[in-house]
Parts: sequence; C-alpha cells; structure tokens
Amino acid sequence: MNNNANNRDLELLRIVAIGSVDDGKSTLIGRLLHDTGLIYRDHLEALPKSDTSPEEVDLAFLTDGLMAEQEQGITIDVAYRYMAASKRRIIIADVPGHEQYTRNMVTGASTAHLALLLIDARKGLLEQSKRHLFISSLLGIPHILIAINKMDLVDYDEQVFQDICRDVIDFAKKLKIRDLQFIPVSALKGDMVVSRGDKLDWYTGRTILTYLETLEVTGDLNLIDFRLPIQLVLRPNQDYRGYAGTIEGGSVKVGEEVTILPSKETTRIKSISVGGEKRKYAFTPQSVVVTFDDEIDASRGEVIARTNNIPHTANVFEAFICWMDSVRLETKQTYILKHCYKSTRCTISTLEYKLNVNTLHRQKNTKTLKFNEIGRVQIETSSPIFFDSYEQNRNMGNFILVDEATNHTVAAGMILPKLHSKGSSLSQKPPQKGGVIWFTGLSGSGKTTIADRVFKELKKRNIPCERLDGDILRDSVTSHLGFSKKDRELNVNIAGFLAERLAAHGVIVLATFISPYRKDREQLKERIGNFTEIYVNAPLEVCRSRDVKGLYKQVQEGQITSFTGVDSPYEPPESPDLEIQTDQDSLDDSVSLFMEWFEKKNFSGN
Amino acid sequence: MSIKYYLSYLQQLEAESIHIIRETMAEFAKPVVLYSIGKDSSVLMHLVQKAFYPAKIPFPMLHIDTGYKFQEMISFRDHYAKKNGADLIVYKNESDEAQHLGPDEAHTDHYIYHKKTKPLLEALAKFGFDAAIGGARRDEDKARAKERIFSHRNKFNVWDPKNQRPELWHNYNCQIHKGESMRVFPLSNWTEIDIWRYIKEENIDVVPLYFAKKRKVVSRKGLYLMINEFVQPHDDEEVLDIMCRYRTLGCSPSTGAIPSEATTLDLIIEEMCSFDTSERQTRAIDATSSNAMEKKKRDGYF
Repeated sequence: MNNNANNRDLELLRIVAIGSVDDGKSTLIGRLLHDTGLIYRDHLEALPKSDTSPEEVDLAFLTDGLMAEQEQGITIDVAYRYMAASKRRIIIADVPGHEQYTRNMVTGASTAHLALLLIDARKGLLEQSKRHLFISSLLGIPHILIAINKMDLVDYDEQVFQDICRDVIDFAKKLKIRDLQFIPVSALKGDMVVSRGDKLDWYTGRTILTYLETLEVTGDLNLIDFRLPIQLVLRPNQDYRGYAGTIEGGSVKVGEEVTILPSKETTRIKSISVGGEKRKYAFTPQSVVVTFDDEIDASRGEVIARTNNIPHTANVFEAFICWMDSVRLETKQTYILKHCYKSTRCTISTLEYKLNVNTLHRQKNTKTLKFNEIGRVQIETSSPIFFDSYEQNRNMGNFILVDEATNHTVAAGMILPKLHSKGSSLSQKPPQKGGVIWFTGLSGSGKTTIADRVFKELKKRNIPCERLDGDILRDSVTSHLGFSKKDRELNVNIAGFLAERLAAHGVIVLATFISPYRKDREQLKERIGNFTEIYVNAPLEVCRSRDVKGLYKQVQEGQITSFTGVDSPYEPPESPDLEIQTDQDSLDDSVSLFMEWFEKKNFSGN
Repeated sequence: MSIKYYLSYLQQLEAESIHIIRETMAEFAKPVVLYSIGKDSSVLMHLVQKAFYPAKIPFPMLHIDTGYKFQEMISFRDHYAKKNGADLIVYKNESDEAQHLGPDEAHTDHYIYHKKTKPLLEALAKFGFDAAIGGARRDEDKARAKERIFSHRNKFNVWDPKNQRPELWHNYNCQIHKGESMRVFPLSNWTEIDIWRYIKEENIDVVPLYFAKKRKVVSRKGLYLMINEFVQPHDDEEVLDIMCRYRTLGCSPSTGAIPSEATTLDLIIEEMCSFDTSERQTRAIDATSSNAMEKKKRDGYF
C-alpha cells in the first residue's frame, strides 16, 4: 500500500465525485484507487469480473457497497473513499447522479473543496450535468474539474473534447463558478487518470491524479472574519468556565477583544486551548476551548466574534433551499431550523420562486417545493440567528430544516446576502463610510504587494474599494507626465483628487505612493479628511535587494537620478496610523496586521 | 510572532472528531461511548478526553464482553478505566443460549448475534442510552463507507441504509423520537494508517498484543491462533513459536495473528505500508458472506 509513511505534513482535500448512472464515475474512482495501489488484495479478489472484458475486474463494484446497489447495478448513497496521494490525503464523497438522489449530491457537495464532474464524451452536456454544475455553484464549491470520460469510445477525438468544453463554458457563464478545468480521460482504459496513456497526445495538461495533488486550496480559507459559535460550555469546577467550539472562520489571539452575540457584551480572550494544550492563537477549522477575562454568562448557540466585525443578527432572512423529503414543503407549517448550534422554530414566510435547475428558469407563483426541488424563500425564525451569508462563509451561512413530526432532514439552506429588516431584525450592517488609506514607503518596501492582497480581502467581504498608484495613473490619465519633481507632484495631486472623490462616495481607496515628503502627505490629509497613513517600512538595503522593478539597478548604473532613499530624501511619517515592517513580518502576517487594524478602525458608517 | 495557518490532515481529522464528540454530548440526554479495547477505541478515548479537557469524561464507557476476549485486553481495559477515573460498564449476555456458545463457534453469525449484538442492544435499553459513540471507520468495509457520522436507529435498533438522513456540512440533525437512538462515529474519516500515525504522534497506549513478540500459535482455517485458555491445539495441529502480532483485536478464538517483526510503532507503520490485504482479513467473523457487515449492521451490530 502506498501510504506515504514518512510524510506527516499531508494536506486534506475533500472532493465530491458526481456523475450519472452510466458516466463511469465508479469506474473512475476505482481506477484512481487501483492505479495508485490503494486497493487491498482481498477487496480486489472479491470483485466480480467485468461484463465487457472478462480479464478485467469490475472496478465499479469497489464503491457500490450496499446489497441493493449491487443487485440493481446502481449507486444509491453517498460513499466515502480515502486516497493517499504524494502531498495530500483525499476524501472522496462518491455520489450518484441520477435525478431522484439529488439530495445525496448536495450532501456530498456541502463539505467539498472540489467537484469532480463526469461527462460521457459520447453524450456531451446533458441536462443532468447542467444540474450538477448548478448545484456545485449553489453550494459554493471553490473548484470544479470536468472529466470528459469514455474518450476511448470516441476514438480519442480532440474535437469532441473541445466541443464539450465549449458547451460547458457557455452554460457555466450563467453561474457563479470561480475555477473550472477540463481533462479528457478513459477511466476504463486508464488514460489520463493516473498515467497519461499513449492515446491522448494532443492533450498536454495534467492527469486527474496530478491535478488532485497540486490543486491549491489553502487560499480558500477565510482567515479574517473570526467566528466562534459556542458548542458547549465546560464547567469542571466553580472557578473555570470554558467555551468549546469549532472556529468557523478567521483566527483569534489571546488578549484580543471580542463581542458575544446576542448580548453584545465585550471582553478579552484570556486563554485558548486546543485539545488541552495552551495556545497563543487559533484559527479555522480548529476545535478549541476559550476562556474570557470577565465573567460572562454565554451559552450554546451564541457566537463569539471580534468587536468590530460581527455577524448579522436577524430573524427574517432570505435563502435558497433544496428540498430533500418526500413530503412536500408546507409554507404554513413550523419546522425546526438548525444553524450552527442553535435550533429554533421557523416558517417559510414566502416562497419567492422555484428554480428549474435544468434551464435556470425562475418559476414564480409557486405554492410548494417537492423532493429535489430548489427554491428561493424568505424564512422567519422564532428567535434571531447570528449568521453571515453563505457566499461569505459556508459554515456561518448554512442551515438545515427538520420536520418536527418525522425528524427527517427536509431541506438544506444557504443564506443570501440581502437582508430584510422587517420587525424584530436586531441589527444590520451600516452603509460603508469611504476613506483613503495611503501607503507610503520606499520603492520595494512592499506597498503594492500588501495593498493588492488587502484589496482582495476587502473585495471578498463585499466592501467597495479601489486601488490607486503611480503606475495605474500613468497607464491611464497621466501618461503625458514625466518624472521631474513638478510632474511627480502633479501626479500625486491628481491621485489625491481622485481618491477624495471616490472616498466621498463610500469607496475605500488603497493608494500606494512613495510620497517622500511629509508636507505633501499632510496636505492630502487636510484636504481629504478621512485619510489614514500606513507606513510600509523596510530598510533601504532590503528594498535594494528586492528591487522588484529593477529601478535600484538603474540607479546604480546611473540611468536614474534623484531616486528616493538613494540620492533624494525620504521623510518617514512621525505618527503613522499603522506601521508595517516588511523585513520582519511575512506577507501573510502583514496582511493580517492590516486587516486587524482595519477592523478596529471601523470604516463602516456608525 | 509569526503565525502559521496550516493544519496537517491529522490535525484536521482530530478537530472534526472533537467537534462530533462535543455535539453528541450537547444534543443527547444520555450518551455512552462503546469501548472495544482495540486501537481505534484507544484513539477514540484519547479524543473524548481532549474534547472535554479540563473537564472529566462526561459519560460512561460500555464494553460488551463475550467472555472470550484475550486476557491482555481485559487487563488493559481495567487498567485504562482505573487510570482515567472512567465510569466503565461491562455487560455480558448471561442467558443460557449465549452461555452455550463455546470458543469454537466464535466465527459464526449466531455467536456474533448472541454474544455481541443482543447484549449491546440490551445494555443500551437497560441504561437508557440514546446515543452510542463508536470507533468504526468508513475505510473498514464498503457498507460502513456508506454510513452517516450520526446514524439513526429506530426503536428496534434497525439501520435503514436506503433512508439515511442527508448529512450536510457539519450541521448534524440529532432529533430522535423517544425509544430511538443514534450511533455516532467520530472516526468515520480516519483510515487504519491514520490511527497508527496518531497513536505515534500523541503517544497513546494500546494493548501490547499489537506489538510483535514470540507467541505460541496454531495454524487453523488460515489463521494463526494464539494458544491460551480458549484455544488449545488439536491432536493433528503443530504448535508454532513465531514472532507475530495482531492487526486487529476481537475474540481470541476467531482473531488471527500475523507473522511480524514489528516491535515498535515505527516498525508497525512501516509494515502497514507494505500490506496488500485489509485488516479485516484476520477476522474470521467477516468471512461468512460478502455482505456480512451490512447484514450485521442492519441487525444492530456496530
């Protein structure tokens, strides 16, 4: 067994494999496990021989575990399979693709980093595959890989592959999909699954296995918005009150100020422990116990968050739900809604429309949802829940509905960003107040790198923002300006003007300019008002050694003169709003530092 | 302070298991943890301790004793419970029917039902446990691969594999009616090698039978059975004295040892990587039919 005995630093990748009855999905997974040597001999020997070629065992039987499945030759339920690749451990949720079991697909997809979707090369993009694509996007799976299978049955024809890719891309344009990739394969013969084979020479991309081993997933974690819903309160004795739970987003440090919802009481984190070991910090998805500086009486279902970055509180909200029970939705009926660790009664106050998952058509004036149907609804709960939109945080934005009489899980729900503030809605995010965040520092100190990353973080959180720097301006409005002192001043002035106008309309402007003169920056501050100064600080030698744009080299060779820090002065801010020392902190740390400052600064309107 | 936001997969599995264990405690009135003394049970108990630290283990441990377990297992069990101050319940089917079943029948479905499944169901009913946490893993068997982490049982303790509740995100539906129960499997996503690596990393005690040592065995029906109070050599059997160890532990008369030189955890992990058969291969009880596990599970077996 290839089990990477010596590598304990493996990453975990959760994938969901989706395909219809005949797409050959079980065969593909069987092939992956078989060709990576992950199938034990006794399991292999127990397999029946394949119908089509008697020498080959039927790999599909490896995953079809239940008696009824083997009798009917279909996959009924989600099966979990485990693979060890060279850099990661892979959990495969193998789900059936036929219509009546869509609920299983939602089940398998809910925790996945990647959807592996199978399409039969002979059949192309069927309605079924469209449904799979839609559900993958609805469930917010960050990466989708389309395996176009049975290439052996279409003579490994590149045109067939290209046509299907085009059809999929056309359809996917209507959906929210971040990352879509294609690989031609023959699961039966093994081409492009683990080994390349010799029939698909025209295809130069990765094999399925290489793709699974190299897919970048750590960046998908939301490490900014700290959320710790309380799962359990531990009280071993009178002097200890620990709050146990799984961090569902972001990270937290000892000493940080936090707010508990719904009481809005604030306190500081006194200690953090993971499995009984003391830690200085913890992050998602760790299961932790925290204690507070103050005696606060919080209980299961309440949420701990950072004071200036708390989730929404509401008892009326909108969501997509996927109905999963044979008994249809009744809008007047009461259901139990479980969100994080809180169970509360609810009703579906409005069924806005039913979505045809094959055509994406919205059917209004609908009264109910049947098994496997998806609808957009408004839900009213008997007591408020503390949530983020599903788009922003899958853990804080999901819920299940349970029928009180049967205890069946009747629906899976994904909360939408838009909020209705009807009646007892407790709080809503105030509108954004604009502002200019001015990054100053030497060339090569890391202003642009940090600001670009911050820009992405703000975008993720739907905060209106814009980037401005010398290059951006010179590429557009100020291309006629040179590098004389006068032209530079003009460039900075134009930047200041644009930044001011954008900020006045609620935009956070991330401006990165060397802006060496203290006086210039002070003038900007006076003019703009909501102006904060970030000093990106690194010693000249460090900046020189980085020399991202090759400017220091040109200075050395005499091609540039009057260069800030070398033969022209730089006046560091006397009291910047934040100083980031990029020679000491990593990029990740610098961005975290900034985001923490940003949250405390509270740019939102109140 | 430089911060690393990286968890190895073992740390992720640990976090997931702790989450599941805590959720069971929070949602059920009277949970119990099924303790089988094997390596998976050792890992499970370790995670249970972590989940509630600094509080004590908040529920009892239940061991269903067939009467034919290895002596080494029984002493390990008692030592563990004493050392950790755990509330250990040992339950046995004392009925005549069960008493009649001797060591030679230990591999039969009949034996499993009367010695394991029936007393388990009796014990759950007697103490009124509404959730039973077990150490089963999905990689053990293809029927287990399809079972939910929170697996519902009706009032007859029957598992209905075709009507399982969908399990979404980590949001578990723990609602049950009176008389029904939940089986909970926090180690669902762990594989055999993960268990050993975690035992190594966390320095967890396991029954010494897992380590290779010279042991007196007979070869019977394809298994190396250790000579002890329940297994005596037949006249035509040769007693072998070989270096061997156990890959899984069950009833002594139906669990075979494997020839092995692995005397340390490192050697066990190294050996694991060279195996080409599954661990259940050393258990005679699973061999009775190809869907043996699913049938046993439907009856109420763990």
